[in-house]
Amino acid sequence: MEIKAPTPQVPPPVWTEFKDLQEWEKYHQERPEGDKHSALFESVTEGIHHFPGGFLVTTVADSFLNWARKSSVWPVTFGLACCAIEMMATFASRFDVERLGMVPWASPRHSDLMIVSGTVTIKMAPMLKRIFDQMPDPKWAVSMGSCANSGGPFRHGYHVVKGVDRVIPVDVYVPGCPPPPESLLNGLLLLQDQITHFRTTGKRAAPAAKTD
Amino acid sequence: MSAEGDGSLLTVTVPPDRWAELGRFAKETLGCLYFNFLTAVDWKDQGLEVVARVENLDVGLAVTMKSRLGAGQSACASLVPLYPGADWMERECFDMFGIRFEGHPDLRRILLPQDWEGHPLLKSYAVDTAHPPYR
Amino acid sequence: MDPEARKVIELGYGGSERLTMNMGPQHPSAHGVFRAILSLEGETVVGVDAVIGYLHRCHEKLGESLTYTQYPSIASKTDYVAAMTSELAYVRAAEMVGKIEVPKRAQYLRVIVAELQRIASHCLWLGTWCLDMGGALGGGATVFLYCIREREWVLDLFEALVGARLLYGFHQVGGTRYDVPAGWAQKVRETLGLIEKRLDEYEDMLEGNAFFLARTQDVGGISRELAQTVGISGPLIRGSGVSYDIRRLEPYSSYEDFDFKVPVETAGDCYARYRVRMVEFRESISIVRQALDGLPEGPVSSRPGVKSVGQVRIAKGEGYARVEGPRGEVGCYLISDGSAKPYRMKWRGASFSNLAVLPHILIGCKVADVVAIMGSVDPVFGEVDR
Repeated sequence: MEIKAPTPQVPPPVWTEFKDLQEWEKYHQERPEGDKHSALFESVTEGIHHFPGGFLVTTVADSFLNWARKSSVWPVTFGLACCAIEMMATFASRFDVERLGMVPWASPRHSDLMIVSGTVTIKMAPMLKRIFDQMPDPKWAVSMGSCANSGGPFRHGYHVVKGVDRVIPVDVYVPGCPPPPESLLNGLLLLQDQITHFRTTGKRAAPAAKTD
Repeated sequence: MSAEGDGSLLTVTVPPDRWAELGRFAKETLGCLYFNFLTAVDWKDQGLEVVARVENLDVGLAVTMKSRLGAGQSACASLVPLYPGADWMERECFDMFGIRFEGHPDLRRILLPQDWEGHPLLKSYAVDTAHPPYR
Repeated sequence: MDPEARKVIELGYGGSERLTMNMGPQHPSAHGVFRAILSLEGETVVGVDAVIGYLHRCHEKLGESLTYTQYPSIASKTDYVAAMTSELAYVRAAEMVGKIEVPKRAQYLRVIVAELQRIASHCLWLGTWCLDMGGALGGGATVFLYCIREREWVLDLFEALVGARLLYGFHQVGGTRYDVPAGWAQKVRETLGLIEKRLDEYEDMLEGNAFFLARTQDVGGISRELAQTVGISGPLIRGSGVSYDIRRLEPYSSYEDFDFKVPVETAGDCYARYRVRMVEFRESISIVRQALDGLPEGPVSSRPGVKSVGQVRIAKGEGYARVEGPRGEVGCYLISDGSAKPYRMKWRGASFSNLAVLPHILIGCKVADVVAIMGSVDPVFGEVDR
């Protein structure tokens, strides 16, 4: 029978002053090999404070909430035109945005994101505004495709709104006619990145000026 | 009234007061039950022309019916009592050209909002007409 | 007991109390931006006011201001689920009025892409329709995910051919813009073989499902006479017992060379339309195989490539050209005045006429059947509102 030598236990130092703790931290910034925090901690924390026997994570409420917001962006299923078919393809089997926590939801009351997928017409604009207003704050909008960005090929038509940013504020513009699902995925990842830096100011960006 | 034919494709032109009569003739005598489409053409000074196409699927006969309404005229008889499919097509025609189909049960705009001004497919209507506040 | 009083007690309303329910334009089962204002008595629909036009993109007016070279790629945005056939309708109208010949190879290529497009479009229809009918089909989204998987394979073929997934600009006046890349034909055959196997799986999955049958059989019946006078086309009219297929009635683009059958069902209900489309899947696969076998050599266009937007001029005249799209007869009525732009262009969208039958058939059905009927009509709103 093999007898293992007992591992020497380092007695925890006793601090009398906060200055000592800071000093201890300064010398123990280097973390041992293989001891990694999860990516989640890294993304959420403002700082990781080490002390003997463990570590302490400090964060601010905003970044914790933003982490939660970013990981469960639920887009409202709001298909307008051609781009809606590509949006459906993005939600479906091959591209599958549910792995990013995005569940297409049929009710604007429970959604955080509106993907404006297609041409906005003058008849549709008030409806679109109303549906966007029905979504609870904080909410985001992605303008998908040339038509929603600027009117696209139908810009000169008498019944077409020249860009959805004249109706609602837009966070991410995805170009293309229609954008392939990879493009929309990139746009959604950009949006997630943007949500990470979201700060509640009580103000929303004003819609773009109506210039031509 | 004039008619010209090319195989199984027949084009009949009638004055507007005989429009409904032609429709009845096409449906009941020629057996053209299938309603294909109805539209209009704006010939600027010469006024509007209504075009409709019906078909007899059993014998493969297609009749294109045309009627010039005359300059400044915008009234035409409705085909809805004969063909239910003319309902939406005539509403679209009213929406786009301002043609009033007499006898239509529910003649109002179909594609554009109800408060829209003007009839876009008329040649006098510019394609990029502004419509505040959205464009 | 007085029957009227019994009704009040049992149903909770007197039979004259009507509820107005708004459905759309943001409705997950509306297949786009459709709004129906339904009048209900209990669960029964007694009145329908269909509101369309939320996607009116001025196609006909823009068609008058764009040239024959520019417009085909915009034409693909009318019926965006079947862009290949809607482009073809416009291009055929221009060729018919201008009496422009199309080389045999281009005609065969047009047939191949049109039939592949029909497969892709029917995949999307089956998926979204089953998604609409939802929980009754065991999870709802199952069939949708399977169908999209098959559709992506077809879109990969288009991506290899044109470079785009959804809206192509493949056709041009006088032929097609691209020839097939190397190895494409082999890829098509492999994909068709896979899809053919999956179709059996779909049928096993759906036709043995009692819920599916209960929700589709005897629901949304269209009579033979109503079908004709309203002017519906495609799988709808063939589900109502009328053998009306443009490919057979008025063969275009060398359809007379191929051997295929036109499925006709007489019941006129949702299930009949489903059966028609499932047979069409297989017929399309067979047509693509025949066209690949007989693909002749030669040029793909009788006109030079695009150098300027105004290079195609069409002689004075008028014509109505139509093709059989996945949803039915897609027609283009074109009047030319001899310049590079048409004087007047009218789209006869298949979905517009197909949707016009809804107010006739929704009356009297239950409110839950509205989405099932709507899905079996398979409207595409780019084509309804144009």
